[in-house]
Amino acid sequence: MDLFSAQEVTKTYSNFKALSEVSISVPEGTVFGLLGPNGAGKTTLIRIINQITAPDSGTIWFEGRKMKEDDIYRIGYLPEERGLYKKMKVGEQALYLGMLKGLSRRDAMRELKMWFEKFEIITWWDKKVMELSKGMQQKVQFICTVLHKPKLMIFDEPFTGFDPINVELMKQEILRMKKEGATIIFSTHNMESVEELCDHIALIDKSKKILDGPTMNIREQYKSNIFDIGYKGDFAKIEQAFGKKYSILAHDETGRTNSLKIQFLNGSNSGTLLKDLVEHVEIVFFNELIPSMNEVFIKVVTQNSNSQS
Amino acid sequence: MSKIGLVLNREYTTRVRKKSFIIMTLLMPALMAAMMIVPGYLMTRDDTKERTIAVYDGSSILLGQLESNDYTKYKFIPEEKYNRVKDHLKTSDFYALLVIQPNVLNTKTVQLISTSNIPFDLKNQIQNKIRSVIEKEKMAEVIKQSGIPDLEAQIKATKSSISVNTIKLGESGEAKKSSTEIGMALGYIFGFVIYMFIILYGMMVMQGVMEEKQSRIVEVIISSVKPFELMMGKIVGIALVGLTQLAIWIVLGVVIFSSAKGLIPGAQHATTAQDIMAQSGAMAQANTPEQLDKMQDILGMLGSVNFPLIIGCFIFFFIGGYMLYSSLFAAVGSAVDSQEDAQQFTLPIMMPIILAIMVMMSAIKNPEGPVAFWFSMIPFTSPVVMMARIPFGVPAWQLILSMVLLILTFVGMVWVAGKIYRTGILMYGKKTSWKELGKWLTYRS
Repeated sequence: MDLFSAQEVTKTYSNFKALSEVSISVPEGTVFGLLGPNGAGKTTLIRIINQITAPDSGTIWFEGRKMKEDDIYRIGYLPEERGLYKKMKVGEQALYLGMLKGLSRRDAMRELKMWFEKFEIITWWDKKVMELSKGMQQKVQFICTVLHKPKLMIFDEPFTGFDPINVELMKQEILRMKKEGATIIFSTHNMESVEELCDHIALIDKSKKILDGPTMNIREQYKSNIFDIGYKGDFAKIEQAFGKKYSILAHDETGRTNSLKIQFLNGSNSGTLLKDLVEHVEIVFFNELIPSMNEVFIKVVTQNSNSQS
Repeated sequence: MSKIGLVLNREYTTRVRKKSFIIMTLLMPALMAAMMIVPGYLMTRDDTKERTIAVYDGSSILLGQLESNDYTKYKFIPEEKYNRVKDHLKTSDFYALLVIQPNVLNTKTVQLISTSNIPFDLKNQIQNKIRSVIEKEKMAEVIKQSGIPDLEAQIKATKSSISVNTIKLGESGEAKKSSTEIGMALGYIFGFVIYMFIILYGMMVMQGVMEEKQSRIVEVIISSVKPFELMMGKIVGIALVGLTQLAIWIVLGVVIFSSAKGLIPGAQHATTAQDIMAQSGAMAQANTPEQLDKMQDILGMLGSVNFPLIIGCFIFFFIGGYMLYSSLFAAVGSAVDSQEDAQQFTLPIMMPIILAIMVMMSAIKNPEGPVAFWFSMIPFTSPVVMMARIPFGVPAWQLILSMVLLILTFVGMVWVAGKIYRTGILMYGKKTSWKELGKWLTYRS
């Protein structure tokens, strides 16, 4: 079931179109990657989900019905542009933000104690925010976002400012919360973490959604029949035998085993490639290369701007 | 609505607990008192420098008549010594040389020669002394010539002083002793307090909005509360900070006032330890019977002022004026990225309030005039100007009209500010123009 979906959402600011008929569906209990170049309209969409702005047209669904005002208490939002009151004490501030999300003082206190102990930052409680480093502030903000156990969590570039150890810690927390039933919308420019975390993605460019689906399917969809092959034998033999059937993109004979990248042309498949190879050399490994999200992103966005210009 | 409560609570408690707030609140009355007492004290303090002034009296009228007081001594010198001193004043022991010509009764002029600047007080002192001696001299002459025996006593009896007691007839016809001076003082104080609080706390609202915008916490918060709730919570929270401060000042003022009242014999007996402690201070200032009389009089007239009405109106205009201006300040704070950008918008907002304080100065002199009337109707100036008029008594219809206009305007202004605020807090890196602000009014939420 979809926890959340947006249906043909359009938003215009005076003479600038931020979103045009964008539809996305976020299945419950998954991590959903919201991708797109800068200025594509992601932040506008996220603000619409958070009811910070209202769409000009289109419908927002939450748990199978139209979204209500109260639903914002079941959403946790970590914006890309985020901060805390610098002169306020950490604990007091976290308590305030928790209560704004509808928690009672007691519940907020209990949850906060739990998180602060888990992250071993209980000593920060009475410090002023301005005494903390940026990464430390980020940790507090992360806690404030998930404190009220929202059904839907929205993280916009959550890892910037963290060291690799803390990035890993945050990733583990996100995956743990997903396992416990939370649904997560994740917006980032870091495609590696998209591959790692996201079950589904949607790509928005120039106010329009240009691609969506399960992450694996999309990568499959954009593969271009390239294989990475390790072999023992003479490269010249392969070159001679392959002729017009395959194109050799790269080859390397400096390593322990020789390797090459081959893309097959029309009328051949992995079966015929393997058969042709076995006749000439001894195969060590044979891998189909699936494009990274990074490659997919660049390809799709470049195509989109070419087709429009 | 409970969300407004949370915002309000945060705005209030973080400010009231600030050290600067506590210090300011307690120190301000002390500073005010010091500002009034210290110059007075310095003025009444005697000039303690010892000076000896050589007096050469060519007319012989003043010989021996200039009495030395504690610090200034007069020494009469004969002509030959005068000639010496005149040439060597700098090296002599005399501070100054007073020269009285033989024909002083006609010229009415004496000369005071010194190598240093003569203090104003000293000059006055000498002037008064010589004047009274000469007056006496002339009078003696007149009395002698007229031959009327008790003329001196008769002339003295003509000296009289007049005080005008102003009486204001109330609407029900009862006569009340009122005082123009007290009306002016109260009008000035209340008008000025409103002016000060609007600027001070309006600016505080603007700073608060800018802080939220600059620290970028605002997006997190408005994903939980509506921008309008955040703005109102802030405005009302800060208003409560202002009222708290004012309440503390009033309590402190009443304590001081009532202990001062306790000092006046017959008005009330000093009973508390505090009163007795304050007594020594006040007695030093009011140590003559006339002064005591006057103080009692002032206290009596203060009692005749309609304080419930004034305080009620004060609270109303305080809140109304504050709401009007602070919502404007909030809108400005939301629209700008930095302190520098704020300047171009704050100036036009400050203008009417500065105009109000200027009009108030003339309104307390002529509270019924057309200037006072119109500016006490215009909502942007009415909180200050109307407050200045109220101690003199304002017709009920004018008061009500002014209040209604103020309410309508501030409700409208809060609505406009809410629209600008909603868009402004999420706008970064754009230099905002007036035109841009106008456009934001038309945006849908």
